[in-house]
Amino acid sequence: MNIVVLVKQVPDTSAERTLTEGEYGHFTLDREALDPVLDEINERAVEEALRLKETIGAQVTVVTMGPEPAADALRKALAMGADAGIHVCDEALRGSDVPTTARVLAAAVRAVEDVDLVLAGNAATDGRAGAVPAAVADLLGLPQLTQVRELEISDGQVRAERVTEDGEATLQASLPSLVSVTEKINEPRYPSFKGIMAAKKKPIRTLDLDDVFPDADSQRFVTARSQVAQAVPRPPRAAGTRCDDDGSAGRRIAEHLMAQKLL
Amino acid sequence: MPQVLVLADHAEGRAKKTTLELLAAARRLGEPAAVVVSATGPSAQLKEELACHGATRIYAVESADADDHLVTPTVGALELAAREASPVAVLVPATVEGNEVAARLAVRLDAGLLLDAVDLDASGTATHIVFGGSYTVTSRATHGTPVISVRPGAFEPEEQMTQAVEQPLTLPSVDPAGSARVIERRPAPAGDRPALAEASVVVSGGRGVAGPEGFKVVEQLADALGGAVGASRAAVDAGYYPHQYQVGQTGTSVSPQLYIALGISGAIQHLAGMQTSKTIIAVNKDPEAPIFNIADLAVVGDLFSVAPQLTEEVTRRKG
Ligand SMILES: Cc1cc2nc3c(=O)[nH]c(=O)nc-3n(C[C@H](O)[C@H](O)[C@H](O)COP(=O)(O)OP(=O)(O)OC[C@H]3O[C@@H](n4cnc5c(N)ncnc54)[C@H](O)[C@@H]3O)c2cc1C
Repeated sequence: MNIVVLVKQVPDTSAERTLTEGEYGHFTLDREALDPVLDEINERAVEEALRLKETIGAQVTVVTMGPEPAADALRKALAMGADAGIHVCDEALRGSDVPTTARVLAAAVRAVEDVDLVLAGNAATDGRAGAVPAAVADLLGLPQLTQVRELEISDGQVRAERVTEDGEATLQASLPSLVSVTEKINEPRYPSFKGIMAAKKKPIRTLDLDDVFPDADSQRFVTARSQVAQAVPRPPRAAGTRCDDDGSAGRRIAEHLMAQKLL
Repeated sequence: MPQVLVLADHAEGRAKKTTLELLAAARRLGEPAAVVVSATGPSAQLKEELACHGATRIYAVESADADDHLVTPTVGALELAAREASPVAVLVPATVEGNEVAARLAVRLDAGLLLDAVDLDASGTATHIVFGGSYTVTSRATHGTPVISVRPGAFEPEEQMTQAVEQPLTLPSVDPAGSARVIERRPAPAGDRPALAEASVVVSGGRGVAGPEGFKVVEQLADALGGAVGASRAAVDAGYYPHQYQVGQTGTSVSPQLYIALGISGAIQHLAGMQTSKTIIAVNKDPEAPIFNIADLAVVGDLFSVAPQLTEEVTRRKG
């Protein structure tokens, strides 16, 4: 079985995030200012692929789109046990919107032969909307099994438990399919020393836009369809009143709520 | 006036509250037209609700697959209606499923995608609050029909009597090779508490709650205040409370009038999901807990003595 895992390098979320104003008043996340890491949710997607590799056998390819340092995210996934990487890297992709990102990732998946399963994290910690996996499924014409906390694959069938704010659902589809996982799916392994050493010898293909879209016409998709007009930092919250519980703090809070007309 | 398509989510023959909110949002941009996707056509009650909230047109999309396929029938229906109506925008709720629908539709229409808008103006410019409440950003589509997901609770439903013209559309059946089947749906138990994302009061418990039984104290306070219950990721991971109640960067983002944090330290990923709350009250044993830096009222104390006393006070003052 051939599995492709979509991964992304994100700024470490424990740091502060800033937006910078670039050319023509475009605002983009200032990614360089932050410590980049492999997004935690992607580690879980890679872990799920590796468990399938161990149980039913699979070739696991990790795919990322991003600037040069994004290759580190691929190395981490290779160190965990993935077999090969594809890195789409092109200056023209800086600040890409969701549809462009999805088109490029879909094209990169097509560059891998006979894909049975595409795995992704449900939502990037720096983007949050969870829109990319759905858009990739649409572009590849694959069944979408997203927001999954439990996954089972046998005899070419995928069964998955989906969780959203609306509740839970059991989904089923035939391979090939696209699955996105939630943070509750598994605990990702740490790369072993041996794994880290082995990763250095594993192949990473670096592709630019001409490689993923050999038909030049497709490149017209690589254009921003939306634009951030303005970005204003919100004033930080200030600390308010502080009190130690002397046995009456419950009453004290109730008075505060009355004063604020919250009760 | 140009049409604005609104995805009309419904359950048991009635419009969801988010649908009525979207109709109010749509009126900022043009004439709201509701797109109803169902296996049997819209119920009389649903049509009336839509017409009472400003829908001038109802695209009734019949699809035998509507209930048992994930997302694709909805995307197909919106695409069909968009090609029919040439609207100035398409609005969907910024729920998990709504964002997925929006993304697929934007790709099909080769259009600008604006996610999680908290406000919209007549020109179609959307306002978003991003990075856990640290930035306010405005954006607009520069290409095609903008597809906009609107945060639940950002708009109030508005009553507006209209004559809604019904227009049936038929969706071709979905290709099973390109679509996941829904074998079973288990809707979140409605319960007596408001939905987390829409509640005006949220009481959350963290690892300090120390176990599933400890969450009784959190629930009792939430019930006294008529609020929803939330939990930190540490509390969810420890199995104290179910996952769908997680507040934070990878859980639900909330912005209630009142947020009470019990036994939560205040990690940046938790703050990202609640720091736009109007009033924040935190109870924590540790005087150095970072949550206190953003709390309007910081109480250093044991939640197991403070919260029950507060519950009692609230009940007494209300009753
Ligand atoms: C990628 C990523 C995403 C994440 N997403 C989220 C998210 O969506 N939501 C989220 O919450 N976290 C998230 N986290 C986890 C986050 O970093 C913290 O680990 C988590 O929020 C801690 O939860 P907590 O405050 O309940 O636990 P702790 O940090 O352990 O704090 C417990 C607190 O309870 C206090 N306490 C203990 N007993 C009592 C008592 N009897 N009375 C009063 N106070 C008491 C302690 O003083 C302590 O401050 C994420 C982390 C990562 C890396």
